[in-house]
Amino acid sequence: MASAREEILARIRGAGRPSPVAVPRDYERARTVPDPVGLLAERVADYQAVVHTVGEKALPGRIAGCLAERGASTMVVPADVPPSWRVEGVRWRPDDPPLQLSELDIVDGVLTGCAVAIAETGTIVLDAARAQGRRMLSLVPDYHLCVVRADQVVVSVPEALARLEPTRPLTFISGPSATSDIEFDRVEGVHGPRTLEVLIAR
Amino acid sequence: MGARNPVTWLGTPAFPKAAHEALADPQLRRNLRKATTTIRTKRAGVVAELDDWERLRAAGEAIKDDVLANLDHYLLRLEESVIARGGVVHWARDAEEANRIVLDLVREQGADEVVKVKSMATAEIGLNEALEAGGVRAVETDLAELIVQLGNDRPSHILVPAIHRNRAEIRDIFGGRMAEQPASDEPRDLAEAARRHLRRKFLSTKVAISGANFAVAGTGSVVVVESEGNGRMCLTLPETLITVMGIEKLVPTWQDLEVFLQLLPRSSTAERMNPYTSIWSGVTPGDGPANFHLVLLDNGRTATLADEVGRQALRCIRCSACLNVCPVYERTGGQAYGSVYPGPIGAILAPQLAGDLHDEQAASLPYASSLCGACYEVCPVRINIPEVLTHLRAEVVEAKGRRTPEALAMAAAAWVFADPKRYERAQKAGALTRYLARDGRISRLPWPGSKWTDARDFPAVPKESFRAWWRRNRG
Repeated sequence: MASAREEILARIRGAGRPSPVAVPRDYERARTVPDPVGLLAERVADYQAVVHTVGEKALPGRIAGCLAERGASTMVVPADVPPSWRVEGVRWRPDDPPLQLSELDIVDGVLTGCAVAIAETGTIVLDAARAQGRRMLSLVPDYHLCVVRADQVVVSVPEALARLEPTRPLTFISGPSATSDIEFDRVEGVHGPRTLEVLIAR
Repeated sequence: MGARNPVTWLGTPAFPKAAHEALADPQLRRNLRKATTTIRTKRAGVVAELDDWERLRAAGEAIKDDVLANLDHYLLRLEESVIARGGVVHWARDAEEANRIVLDLVREQGADEVVKVKSMATAEIGLNEALEAGGVRAVETDLAELIVQLGNDRPSHILVPAIHRNRAEIRDIFGGRMAEQPASDEPRDLAEAARRHLRRKFLSTKVAISGANFAVAGTGSVVVVESEGNGRMCLTLPETLITVMGIEKLVPTWQDLEVFLQLLPRSSTAERMNPYTSIWSGVTPGDGPANFHLVLLDNGRTATLADEVGRQALRCIRCSACLNVCPVYERTGGQAYGSVYPGPIGAILAPQLAGDLHDEQAASLPYASSLCGACYEVCPVRINIPEVLTHLRAEVVEAKGRRTPEALAMAAAAWVFADPKRYERAQKAGALTRYLARDGRISRLPWPGSKWTDARDFPAVPKESFRAWWRRNRG
């Protein structure tokens, strides 16, 4: 008996091939808007996330302010975030050596950077590279504070995908965890972080 | 092999009977109307934001057609890419074979419980039931799937399987089955109840099962689009991840995702972007599952591919926009369709995957439509659903043979239309039916006309035909 693989391939080849098609790429691959950072801030806030735009120099102070306001005293952080982000007065738990899942479950939150942000859709993309860490770091804690640099902001989805390395583990985040499963009403807060706070540094 | 395809549910009556029963449930109709009205308005808003929406639809259609035209090539590419990145690829001809592959993989890990991400493919093949029979408990983690599972219910929508339930009903279902009662019937409290209920399972279960929204042939990247974070939990925390994917879910290149990541969220949940999208390629040491298995599922897809008109149903990206605009779906709900694929897309996909138009229930599905065309207008990959519906109706008639009452009536009509004298005599005879009419309408005809008037009125035939009038006035 032929293997399932051979049989499925044979069925496809015997199905009468549809004619080849050319893909029209006349949709907008890049879009320009007057203020991409402003648009990102507006669209992220639309998802009920908390957004602040700060100057690069004021960033550490703002991180400290966000954590103090939330009362977050123990924070997970990828080991390779810029040292200035690890402000005083907070117990930082760098993920090196890798933290246990049970530890991630009891900390107050996580601080990460990102790879790319998409203004038009209010999306932050993490690719597990510098300042982002393993995927579970930004998933298990209930509070995610994410730093976006202005040069990481693009306007459209196509521009974002062009900047990403497809084979890295990628997570696209658009607002806090949410569901529309009850009467198609979007409510925030199911299994992922229920609070997403974004600091855009320009 | 050769077992019945579980894509349609055994024992469900044909659509007209099932619809009749559904229509008698006023609560169901209220729930559906509220939900579909909400989502229709939202979708129109986010679609209008993109000037290039129609061009994106055309691109989406063409990319999927290219996949279908070169499916063998792209599947082999995908297999190669996934293996190169440390994954294992399995092929399954039908539901039974896919279920056996998954059960064996779970047993290999010594697990008796798995967590699941919402997946149409695994619902289509009845995986949960097959696992249960093999001694493995499958825990659904998507909120709506959990509602269906805990309520011993069946899904009624592709995206929101519990759309037929309102908040009060959901609170009752949760209250009866969860250790901790939901605080109220506010969606926020119900979501909180689901979070507490599943938290331990996410943090301790060793095997997860998912579907896939897309897989990129060239890079081996698999995409899961979701909202709640249950998907991320399943895709990153367990040691072993098993993904079951229909063979048509491919896109050729990474760049192609730029089209679908715009089309899908706006069409399905009517958002600019869904809260979470996860993309992974094989195994990444130190981040996520150490074992990744991809099961490529046929289960009627290659047979559908062989139908020149019907194959466009394989472009479907499971957004469910067609359900939300369908006047028939809005009134009957999804369960009347007797398949995990309800609504307009279900009416063309389920019978084709089932592959047996002699089955009365499957054969009734292409008639579950008024052919208004709203589904075609919203479809992000431009599936001409009305075209496929009429095509399948013709196949259903063909399958019935030439001696049915319908076939005989059509043959008689053809004989009458073939000759002007016969036609005019028939018109005169028809005009007599006006004596049965009230206010220009006939609501009850004797058999076989009753087959028509059981479901709708028949307009009274005028006293005089146009031909007769013309002869009298201008002739």
